Amino acid sequence: MSLPLAGIRVIDLTVVWAGTFASTLLADLGAEVIKVENMHVWQPMTRGGQARPSPALVKAGAGWATGYPNSEPGPRPWNYCPTFVQQYRNKHSMTVDLVSDEGREIFARLVAESDALVENNASGTLEKIGIGPDFLRQAREDLVVLRMPAYGSDGPYRFARALGVHLESVMGHTLLRGYPDLDPSYITSIFSGDYVAGAHGAFAVMSALRHRRRTGEGQLIELAQAECAGGMLAQAFMDFSFNGVVQGRTGNRSVDGFAPYNLYPARSEGDGADGGDRWISISVLDDDQWLGLREAMGDPEWARDPELRRNEGRLTHHDELDARIAEWTATRDDYELMHLLQSHGVPAAPVLDSSRIYDDPHVEHRQLNEAHELYDGVGTFRFNKPFFRFSETPLGIRKPPVALGEDNDYVYREVLGYSDDEIAGFVERGHIGMDYDPEIP
Amino acid sequence: MTSGPLDGVTVLDLTEHIAGPYCTKLFADFGADVIKIEPPGGDPSRSVGPWHQGTPGPERSGTFFYFNTNKRSLVLDIEHPDAKAVVERLMRRAHIVVESQPAGRLDALGLGWRRVSSLRDDLPMVSITPFGHDSPYRDYQVSDLVLYGFAGEMYSIGVQDREPVKMYGTASLVECGSAAATGAMAALTAAELQGVGQHVDFSMADAQFNGVDRRHAATIGFEFAGRRSLRAPGPAAGMLAGVYPCADGYVEFSGAAIRIPRLNEMLGSPDWLQDDKWWQPGVNLIPDLVEEFNAMFLPWALERGKREIWAAAREAKVLCGPLFSVDELFEDSHFSDRGFWSTVEHDELGEVKLPGRPLIMPASPWSIRRPPPRLGQHTDEVLAECGFSASEIFKLSTSGAIG
Repeated sequence: MSLPLAGIRVIDLTVVWAGTFASTLLADLGAEVIKVENMHVWQPMTRGGQARPSPALVKAGAGWATGYPNSEPGPRPWNYCPTFVQQYRNKHSMTVDLVSDEGREIFARLVAESDALVENNASGTLEKIGIGPDFLRQAREDLVVLRMPAYGSDGPYRFARALGVHLESVMGHTLLRGYPDLDPSYITSIFSGDYVAGAHGAFAVMSALRHRRRTGEGQLIELAQAECAGGMLAQAFMDFSFNGVVQGRTGNRSVDGFAPYNLYPARSEGDGADGGDRWISISVLDDDQWLGLREAMGDPEWARDPELRRNEGRLTHHDELDARIAEWTATRDDYELMHLLQSHGVPAAPVLDSSRIYDDPHVEHRQLNEAHELYDGVGTFRFNKPFFRFSETPLGIRKPPVALGEDNDYVYREVLGYSDDEIAGFVERGHIGMDYDPEIP
Repeated sequence: MTSGPLDGVTVLDLTEHIAGPYCTKLFADFGADVIKIEPPGGDPSRSVGPWHQGTPGPERSGTFFYFNTNKRSLVLDIEHPDAKAVVERLMRRAHIVVESQPAGRLDALGLGWRRVSSLRDDLPMVSITPFGHDSPYRDYQVSDLVLYGFAGEMYSIGVQDREPVKMYGTASLVECGSAAATGAMAALTAAELQGVGQHVDFSMADAQFNGVDRRHAATIGFEFAGRRSLRAPGPAAGMLAGVYPCADGYVEFSGAAIRIPRLNEMLGSPDWLQDDKWWQPGVNLIPDLVEEFNAMFLPWALERGKREIWAAAREAKVLCGPLFSVDELFEDSHFSDRGFWSTVEHDELGEVKLPGRPLIMPASPWSIRRPPPRLGQHTDEVLAECGFSASEIFKLSTSGAIG
C-alpha cells in the first residue's frame, strides 16, 4: 500500500508560511514536493529574515524568531531558521537560476514532469520572471496550479503586499479579537490566515487532481488568502448579515455567550524566575458542566446561588464568577486543575508555553515529534511529525528538513535526465549549488 | 452547470458543532452529497446564535447556517436499537464517513471503525476529536479557548502583564476543520486510487501543535536554543511594526524599515527621512531611532484615513492592512466585485447573504446549490434512496428512531 499521494510530483515555489504549509501537507501525505530555489535571489521570510544573521542577533530574541540551533548561526543559517524549518520536512530542494533563459528551460522540463505547482508570491511575480500561467500551460497542459495571492488576482487590492496578519485586519479579525478594555494598538499579530490558507490549498490541489483524473483537465486555482479566512469569522459575518450587528471584542469569553468561559491564573511546578505566568482555561458549556465545576471546587457557598444554575444567570454575573474562580485556581497547579476539572466533565487545560510542549503526556504518547539530524551536522533535534494518523498508510518523516539544493543531484539526474556534462555546465553557470551568493547579507 | 471536483462523492456525516461541520461543508460546497445525521434535538450549533432578527429557533442560527450549506439532514437517534441498521445502510452507500462523536461512542454502539471495516474494505472513516482516540486525554473535552490555549500559540499572544488572549469566535476550531478536510481528502484519494479503507484518527490538539501560526516555530525555537516565546511588554513599537492609530481608525504595519526606499516613497519622501541615519542597515534594531521614527510617523498617520494610508502603502509595496470592521468589509467593493459574497434563498429566512467561496477553482467550481437543511428535512428522501420502503420508514418513525 502506498501513501495517499504517492506518485504525485508537486513544484513548490512557496514563500513564508501559507503556501509552505500547503506544500508541507501535500508532502506529508505522500507527494514528492520539490522546492525550486535560487541561490542568487533571497526570498525574505522563507529561509530566514536574513541569509546570514549575525551571531549577536541569534543570541537574543524570541525562540520562534531567532532561536537558531544552539543559539549559533551555523555554517548555513538558511537551512535551520526556527521560523521556517518545521515546514521543510518531507520536501526536496533543487536550485536553479530562474531569472535566466537557461534556468527557465530547466524549469520547463521540471514542469513537464510534474502534476501540480503551488505558489503564494506577491501577485505578478511569476509573470515578471516569465513563468506565468501561459508558460506553465505550454510546458504541461494538464498541470494543476495553485496560486495564493493575498487579495486575489484582480480588483484594487491585488498588488497589496501582505502577511497573514494584514489580511486578517482587512477581513475584520483584528478588530474582533484582543483585550476588550485596551486600545487596539495592544493587539498582537497572529497568522491564522496562513493556517487555513495552507490547509485549504492542500485540499484544493487534491480536489483538482481528482477532477483531472476524471476529465484529463488541469486548472489554475486562485486562493485569495483574505477570502479563505472568512470561515473563522463566520459568527460575526452572520450577525451582520442577519441583524446588521457589528460585534465587538470579547477577549477570552464565549462568542455563544456560555459562562463562565475564560482564562484564570494558576501555578505550575518549577515556576522559576518568571514568577509563574501560568494560566488555566475553563469553559462551562452547559448547566451540567456548571455542576461539575461546583463539585471540583468543593461546592463553595457562593456557587450555590440558584441564580447561577442557568447559563443566563451565570452570564449576567460573569465578572463576579471570574473573580471567584480565579481565587480558587490561583494557588493550584495548572495540570492538576485540568485533570480535576476534566474528571468532572469540565473543559479545561493549561495554556502551554513553548518550553512545556515536549514534556506533555499527550505529546509524548502520540509521538508528535521525532529526532532527526540537521544538515551540516549542526545537531539532532526533535521535529514535528505529520499530524494525521492514518491506520493503513501511516505518515512519517521520510526526509528531515531539507537543505537548500540538497536534492540537486536527484532532480537534475533522475527527474530531468541531464548528463554529467550538462550538470557540470549548470554548476559552472550558477544554477546548481548549496550556498547563497556571498554578497547576500 | 459545471460540477464541483467532488461531484459523485457521498459523505456520511456524523459531525457536530464547528470543526467537523466545516470539514464536511468544504466537501459539500465543492460538489459532494453530504448526508448529515443529526440527533433528535439537532446539531448543537442549531442552539447557538447569532439568531436571525434576534429570534431563536432551530432554523434561525447563523452558526448552523454558515457551517451546513449544501448538506442534507437526516434525524436519527443513533442510540435507538433500530438505528444501527439505518447507519449501516448509509455506510454501504457512502464513499467516506466523517464523524466527531466523543471517542469511543460509536464503538460502543457497534458503529465504530471495527464495524465500518468489516462492512467494507474500501471505506475510509475520519474521526475528529479533541485529542484523538489514543491519548491519555482521550475523554477530555475542549472549547475553542481550551484547545487554542493548550495546543495553539495563545501563550505568546497578548501583553506581558496581562493574560494571553485568544482569537475571535471559534477560529481555532475552523482551523482544525480545514486541516481535517485535507486529511479526509487524502483518505478519499487513497480509497479511490488504491481501494484502501482506513481510519483517520484526527486529533484537533495535534493539528494545533503543528499549526503554522507560530506554534511550529516557537516549539523548535525552544528545542534549538532553549528560548521561550513570550508576550510582548506592550503595543508593538517597531520601525513600523504593529497597530497604529490614524484619522478614522487603525492600520497595521510590519517590518517596513527592512526596505527604507519603499517606506520613503509611501511617506512622500519627507525631508527628515533623507538623513543618512535612517538608511543604515539594521536601523529598525536601534531603539532610539525607532522611537524617533515613530514620533515622526504618527502625525502623518493621524492626518490620514486608513484607506488613504493603505493606498499609499500598496503603491509603495509596504506591508500594511487597515483594520476594517465587519460592516466596512460588507460594503467594500473589492470583495463584492470579485464575487466573494454569496446569497442563498432559505424557506424560513428568505434571502441570506453570507461569505462565499474560500477559493476559485474555475474548471470545477465551488457553489451553493442548497441552503442549509431544516432539521430532518431529508430524512424520508435519504431513507427512500437507501431502499427503505414507505412502511419501513413509517415503522422507524413510530419507534422514535428517526425524525
